[in-house]
Amino acid sequence: MEQNRANLRRVAVDPVTRVEGHGKITLLLDDANHVREARFHIVEFRGFEKFIQGRPYWEVPYFVQRLCGICPVSHHLAAAKAVDQLVGVDELTPTATKLRKLLHFGQTMQSHALHFFHLSSPDLLFGFGSNLEHRNIVGVIEDYPDLALKGVRLRKYGQQVIEVISGKRVHGAATVPGGVNKGLTIAERDRLLGDINDVLAWSQDAVDLNEKIHTEHPENHGFGRLNSNYLSMVGGKGELELYHGGLRASRPDGSKIFDQFDYRGYYNIIREEVRSWSYMKFPYLTELGRDDGWYRVGPLARINSCDFISTPMAESARQRFKAFGNGGYVHDTLAYHWARMIEVLHSAEAIRDLLLDPEILGSDLVVKGEKREEGIGVIEAPRGTLFHHYKVNEDGTIKKANLIVSTTSNNQAMNESVRSVANEYLDGNEITEGLLNHLEVAIRAYDPCLSCATHALGKMPLEVELISADGETVDHIEKASSGAIKRTV
Amino acid sequence: MPKLLILGYGNPGRGDDALGPELVESVQKDGFSDIECQHDMQLQVEYVTDLVNRELILFIDADASCDPPFHFSRISAEKDDSYTSHAMTPHAVLHAYKQVFGVDAPPAFLLRIRGYQFELGESLSEAASANLNAATLFTRKLLKTQGISHWLALVSGA
Repeated sequence: MEQNRANLRRVAVDPVTRVEGHGKITLLLDDANHVREARFHIVEFRGFEKFIQGRPYWEVPYFVQRLCGICPVSHHLAAAKAVDQLVGVDELTPTATKLRKLLHFGQTMQSHALHFFHLSSPDLLFGFGSNLEHRNIVGVIEDYPDLALKGVRLRKYGQQVIEVISGKRVHGAATVPGGVNKGLTIAERDRLLGDINDVLAWSQDAVDLNEKIHTEHPENHGFGRLNSNYLSMVGGKGELELYHGGLRASRPDGSKIFDQFDYRGYYNIIREEVRSWSYMKFPYLTELGRDDGWYRVGPLARINSCDFISTPMAESARQRFKAFGNGGYVHDTLAYHWARMIEVLHSAEAIRDLLLDPEILGSDLVVKGEKREEGIGVIEAPRGTLFHHYKVNEDGTIKKANLIVSTTSNNQAMNESVRSVANEYLDGNEITEGLLNHLEVAIRAYDPCLSCATHALGKMPLEVELISADGETVDHIEKASSGAIKRTV
Repeated sequence: MPKLLILGYGNPGRGDDALGPELVESVQKDGFSDIECQHDMQLQVEYVTDLVNRELILFIDADASCDPPFHFSRISAEKDDSYTSHAMTPHAVLHAYKQVFGVDAPPAFLLRIRGYQFELGESLSEAASANLNAATLFTRKLLKTQGISHWLALVSGA
């Protein structure tokens, strides 16, 4: 039964630092200072669909890259797959498929490396309560120069892969309807192969570090932990698959809700709920209903859900991950980081294998077909399953677009993790810096994309308000980026 | 390797945030020699590897608060707290460079072009376009006479 919100006190945390864009947390408290509901919501209207409507379908894969500064390639590829459908192509040539996969693995590597080394490693290496001035990437560079440089170079390598395939590091032109824009030269392949052994070693080190952090810190296991459903794509044999496969949804005990579902019918298995207080929708699995059907996507969902990984080093890491969960699913929210690094290792191995595959140098790049009115493309983006769905007019302009981005799928899960953490760390009489740190750590684990931030000149303070049921502000603090706390009540 | 690196950053899909990349693309077409032009949505820590072996670096960004049409300054490494999103300030990148490589980064300048609107799907505002034109002319002047002493003579007043 829903409690009357007029009787709940509100704690607002605004904005969340070190995630894309600008977020806000509101905690609704009851008179006993228990967090009854947590709301993590973006404070700007993104309007992705409106951004796309009216544009010629062939422009869309390029245009959607502007939605996100960190994973433009993910949007590019999801849109490209939808556009393939629009031009009547269900299967690309082997070379085109492999080049797109190569691009996707480069993107996954660079995005995951950025998230861990830039955003999360400060929390994990220094502790959630450490000095904010030091708890950032520069602090990591100072204290762990070798680790930091590996992270920088891993991301750089991922970007080099992107640049080779798409011609540019940012906003490249990798795909065309039904294929890819250009082939790979022997010189380009050899250039990428030149560094691959280092990349594999750095990736293995990253997995080992995350495994150690997680297994040796039992206090992290219950942090924001959720026994949730999971959704991800898997390959035809149940293997980890990031580019193309069927949808698999699982319950917390690992039992399947559905498996190998053709994503072109996603609207039959996923519904999206709108809530008045958020611009983000709340997707749920139709079969389980609104209350029980929320799910998690992303690295944790994928490593939990897949039956195996096709590359040996990552599979070995997955088996250790599985052993940590006693053979079942691992529900620890901070295990997202460990799973993320297993995917970096898989990406490195997959890049090497693709570069050594003679077909990658092929010249048969495009397939043509009969035009259709509707196209749906789905990929596993770094943050999770990403849906692009378009309908076109007769003149080829987009008349309807629907995107379910990974962060939207994780929306309810983030709220649940925030609620769990807040209940553990909130002192109803006083808002503490420790509480803020822990809330941010919980959210960062999901790597939320709140749509691409503009330039970040200036400082963003954290604001927290505690408002009593009768509307009186009983506590109010501002936390500057420097870590300075100013209490105004 | 070109001795001068020009690095513009901002999201071309977010109105005036496109000022940095727009300027970079414009001067790239001019065909200046010994210059490398790059642009990205955001400035990231791995750009420290792009600064190696340069003689001069020019960062270009939109700015919502400087006096129009633009502001040009020499910048130094600063351990600031710009980690509010994935983006970093150029000062923090210079600081990271020293931490990673153990030596000071090459001399760096920042050209901030005044912008006004930054919403997704917006194009450049009229006022920002005018500022971009002025900043482009100024950048061409910089590129014709490359050198730290010449650039220092052109820094904006406080």
